[in-house]
Amino acid sequence: MPLTPVLTKRWLSPESWTLRTYEQLEGYQALRHALGMHPDEIIQLVKDSGLRGRGGAGFPTGMKWGFIPQGDGKPHYLVVNADEGEPGTCKDAPLMMADPHSLIEGMVIASYAIRCNYAVIYVRGELVHCLRRLQNAVREAYAAGYLGRDILRSGYDLDIVVHSGAGAYICGEETALLDSLEGYRGQPRLRPPFPAVAGLYASPTVVNNVETVASVPFIVLGGADWWRSMGTPKSPGPKIFSLSGHVVRPGQYEVPLGTTLRELLDMAGGIPGGRALKFWTPGGSSTPFLTAGHLDVPLDFDEVMKAGSLLGTAALMIFDETVNIVPAVLRFTEFYAHESCGKCTPCREGTYWMVQVLERFVHGQGTVEDFDTMLDTCDNIFGRSFCALGDGAVSPIVSSIQYFKDDYVALLSDAERAKLDSREAVPA
Amino acid sequence: MPLSNETRVRAREIVARYPKPRSALLPMLHLVQAEEGYVSPAGIALCAEELGLTKAEVGAVATFYTMYKRRPAGDWLVSVCTNTVCGFLGGDAIFDRLCGHLGVGHDQTTADGTITLEHAECLAACDYAPVVTVNYEFYDQQTADSALRLVEDLQAGRRPAPTRGAPLCTFAEASRQLAGFADTRDGAVAAGPSGGPTLAGARLAMQRRETAPPYPEGSPGAKAVAASGDGWKATEAVGAAPVQPSRVQPSSHDAPLSTSASDGADPAPAGSGLAKGSDVATAAKPGSPDADRKES
Repeated sequence: MPLTPVLTKRWLSPESWTLRTYEQLEGYQALRHALGMHPDEIIQLVKDSGLRGRGGAGFPTGMKWGFIPQGDGKPHYLVVNADEGEPGTCKDAPLMMADPHSLIEGMVIASYAIRCNYAVIYVRGELVHCLRRLQNAVREAYAAGYLGRDILRSGYDLDIVVHSGAGAYICGEETALLDSLEGYRGQPRLRPPFPAVAGLYASPTVVNNVETVASVPFIVLGGADWWRSMGTPKSPGPKIFSLSGHVVRPGQYEVPLGTTLRELLDMAGGIPGGRALKFWTPGGSSTPFLTAGHLDVPLDFDEVMKAGSLLGTAALMIFDETVNIVPAVLRFTEFYAHESCGKCTPCREGTYWMVQVLERFVHGQGTVEDFDTMLDTCDNIFGRSFCALGDGAVSPIVSSIQYFKDDYVALLSDAERAKLDSREAVPA
Repeated sequence: MPLSNETRVRAREIVARYPKPRSALLPMLHLVQAEEGYVSPAGIALCAEELGLTKAEVGAVATFYTMYKRRPAGDWLVSVCTNTVCGFLGGDAIFDRLCGHLGVGHDQTTADGTITLEHAECLAACDYAPVVTVNYEFYDQQTADSALRLVEDLQAGRRPAPTRGAPLCTFAEASRQLAGFADTRDGAVAAGPSGGPTLAGARLAMQRRETAPPYPEGSPGAKAVAASGDGWKATEAVGAAPVQPSRVQPSSHDAPLSTSASDGADPAPAGSGLAKGSDVATAAKPGSPDADRKES
């Protein structure tokens, strides 16, 4: 499949983050068109395009917008989730650095569609240079009349605030993000009510990922059918795939959804030294590992799920044959233990104990019983945690045992390995 | 130590940004952190007073977030990503080397108070692994040696330029920016190119002459492209290396451009921004080394 630069097509232009460059390259033309449409027409257009959320869950964006009750007399809010922090995920930061106006234009269109007059970009605190580019772009957009009162003489008003987080992965979970934005500890909320009904300040709120919102101007410009001419029927459009780890040319590659890892690895120059692929994540550390056997899985939301994983944010972390998977799993699990917000017991305690067990393995002190302990604990985290952080935390553990149990076995002492041999010799 | 009046004035400016005052708490904590290098009891008290909260309520929030420090941070907060990709590609070695050199461990500050070292969770720059940040500015694709030089430079009072970002500012200055007060230094916004990994796909697409399908005829996009004139062509010209059109796709680049800019008989007026050779055409050279870090 060819590369299809849409969101990334301006990135090579000089000072691509400035309004001047943006306006020369179609910038704010979608907004001019959108402001002449009825808001419901825009929601319908986004529904027709089949755009699915790029933040990991793949929820249909138009449907999310359509959930906002209209004529309810309450203020509506748009909150852009720019709290990028899932290990492997590194697409929103470059987008905001290279083309912040596409995000802002998308926000104005989305806000107009859901009848919102106040929107926030919640940007991860550690991304200070993104913050500068965003603040600058917002300032430029106000000065040019794309934000503020009576935008482009349409009578429509919108204010955008850029808000920095303070270092908490959990705030990428949309309800935790809303609590954080309200000035609380970033802990997830019980749902329902969903943000579409009771989000920011208990008012109807759309929370969308950066890449999702930045896609909207292009859909307005090209139309739903054009958007659908890329990707697969159930996962239309182009998508930024982020390749990292053991690849010759890591980076951001925008291709149609449904492109395979084999094709992407070819674009990225393959694995250094011609070594073999061992394991990879299709969408960040919360998505179960896949193997060299999955090189030809079309990377869209449904096909990856059929293969036993999740597309997530299309963050492809590539690990070659030289890596033992257990230390990798330990590192991911330490991440989840650090980032668990502590609200629910399965996640808070489960991730802590999984770190202890995995450390044992890495130090050659794992036991045969530890396999059962880990799988049993994972079973008690998955589906029993308050939010998806817990579910994601078990992905590396369960999938690594599924595909690479030998890596664990290799770390056992001789005595433990003998126990394992005798156990497996006797049919249960 | 009571905080300055300026901080209090700025705290009120933050409150004015939000529909509800308490939303100002996170930026306000960044702001008070700027003054003493950590969220001090005085900082917590100021937030509580301004927002009508108890100090316990503010403290509960401040202790939840990693970026709020509970002890004074040094002028330079050096964060080494040791999550899996960075760690395996050299981040672990970098962290060990810096620990040894500085004689401190995670979340500790050197005796002279200049440098705080920490290992960080994923910094959303996996394609630049392994990364180190100083006051949240990125130093990409580091090695143990280059990271050591970076820290030695900081200790010697130099401020090495980040790979992608503005010239280094102090922890206090970065904290004020995080509180939403713009960096007013000349060129700070423009500083720092997009690096190679960011542009890897865009460059490859240009080399291979692969593009997304063109906007359909009559669509708002087709009109916008026509109005943009040579803008797109100029962008394409960024690719200095001539390439063989192997897999030519119909693209917006190839769409008929019935604009004055593409019409030799009726060229666009100079200075219209559409003429050939406009500044859009003068992009960074794709072959230029992206990862080279200018040492000051």
